[in-house]
Amino acid sequence: MQYLDFEQPIADLEKKIEELENLSSVSEGVLTKEVESLKKKVDALRKNIFENLTRWQRVQLARHPDRPYTLDYIELMTDEFIELHGDRYHADDKAIVGGIGKIDGKSVMIIGHQKGRDTASRKYRNFGMANPEGYRKAYRLMKMAEKFDLPIVTLVDTPGAYPGLEAEERGQAEAIAKNLKMMAMLKVPFITIVIGEGASGGAIGIGMGNEVYMLENTWYSVISPESCSSILWKTWDYKEQAASVLKLTAVDLEEMKVIDGVIKEPLAGAHRDFEAAANAVKVQILKSLKKLGKMKPEKLIEQRIEKYSAIGEFKVVK
Amino acid sequence: MSWFKRQEENIQTSEKKEMPEGVWVKVPTTGETIHRRELEDNLFVDPLSGYHFRIGSKEYFDIIFDDGKYTELGAEVQPTDPLDFTDRKKYKDRLEQTQKKTGLTDAARIGAGKMNGIDIVVGCMDFAFIGGSMGSVVGERLGIAIDHAREKKIPLIIISQTGGARMMESVLSLMQMAKTSAKLALLDEAGVPFISYLTNPTTGGVTASYAMLGDFNVAEPGALIGFAGPRVIRQTIGRDLPEGFQTSEYLLEHGFLDFIVQRTEMKDKLTQLLSLISK
Repeated sequence: MQYLDFEQPIADLEKKIEELENLSSVSEGVLTKEVESLKKKVDALRKNIFENLTRWQRVQLARHPDRPYTLDYIELMTDEFIELHGDRYHADDKAIVGGIGKIDGKSVMIIGHQKGRDTASRKYRNFGMANPEGYRKAYRLMKMAEKFDLPIVTLVDTPGAYPGLEAEERGQAEAIAKNLKMMAMLKVPFITIVIGEGASGGAIGIGMGNEVYMLENTWYSVISPESCSSILWKTWDYKEQAASVLKLTAVDLEEMKVIDGVIKEPLAGAHRDFEAAANAVKVQILKSLKKLGKMKPEKLIEQRIEKYSAIGEFKVVK
Repeated sequence: MSWFKRQEENIQTSEKKEMPEGVWVKVPTTGETIHRRELEDNLFVDPLSGYHFRIGSKEYFDIIFDDGKYTELGAEVQPTDPLDFTDRKKYKDRLEQTQKKTGLTDAARIGAGKMNGIDIVVGCMDFAFIGGSMGSVVGERLGIAIDHAREKKIPLIIISQTGGARMMESVLSLMQMAKTSAKLALLDEAGVPFISYLTNPTTGGVTASYAMLGDFNVAEPGALIGFAGPRVIRQTIGRDLPEGFQTSEYLLEHGFLDFIVQRTEMKDKLTQLLSLISK
């Protein structure tokens, strides 16, 4: 298990406990008492740290290399799943995956950004940064869901749409724009859940659900803290401050009424307990589907358009 | 010791101006100078090189609307600082200073009027206002323009010039992409024409929403148009970008524009286009 810098005190204590436990097995339980008290201490410490996370620490957790990714959630939430590939124009983007699966016996179209876990798979997934083909694949699958009257679930986890030469050449902006316009008019229930990073256009490009939720340790913003620092402070050094002023956590967005709710993660993060994290997401999906499933197609469109039309803060000066 | 000594601090210019004050104006691409009046008469296009100087909503409205007459919509919608955002400067102060400097209240204005006798509504961005960035006010005003076009069934033109979404409103800015696109979807369904007119520069979240969603995507020559900025792309791919990358001409070549038009021809060409689709 990899520890983040702010988790170091926890890591140190856990190591000590492990050492003592090895010792005590030799000396037949003499040290058990001390181990017990250390375990209590580490629980308290963990609770304290994770109840007082800064925004930057949430960003770090959202990027934790051991975090569950889209395919992990699909594996854990569905009874069966068939992945569907390709945009039918150019390629199959590996940074966005999608397909049809059954959740609790109900067929659902699931689409999400996909990151890799080791060097080779990270490269294969392009670090979760999709090219236009990814957005066009998502387009195709969402329209397919509409045709077969299947609800749509999208899982957002991207550091951004890929800023590459070929991506521009093949219309990154156009691909995302088309998706936004299409998603507004979808006749089926549509739920979006941010499971990791929600960076800008690359995130909203598959994220216009009737309902939007964020896992507790995720972020969603118009720009990453690093890029914000480099543009507004002209240096990369202010990323923590940028994370703070961008108000990019799940709780921030819930307060701004941009999302519908925060999904609790297992203590110390989703990566500590994949099953619990996936179950929490599944419970929310089922709850939302039950509610949205009662709405007629016209009502779903109306609700979605009104939802996004209402976002924005301004004053009216007569 | 030199024979003169500057008594005061060095002269500091706060910001590079696209259109410097003064009678003679230098054309950045050629280095030639041109008389301001001559430039104004040619709608701020250098007659020799065809270089398009950046102009704002005031000038575009003057060009597009017959006799420069129009009704402004959405002016009552004005910016606040919803996130209490501070970088090296407070967003609140940045807004106030920019308003004072530019005489604008935010980075887009809406005008309704006639273009060669045709009723139209125009949303025009202003790069001079925090890089033409899209925040809540730009989204809301353009939303008003789109709704107006749909309700009155009159064509919509949006003139973009922007670096993208406004960072100081974080996710609220991002959501304006969804908001404008959703409203454009309704406009599309109502069968009302939408011309997206792209000028230098049009990048980021604006390109990835309404600027690419026109029934007709039209650009001025030589404009920078893209999703990511060239600097970011260069850093990402670690090599130089080809000549002419992300220009209007490049986008036309790759199939994302219907045509490129000189600003001096724009009013007539867009009028012709609208009259062709009205049968």
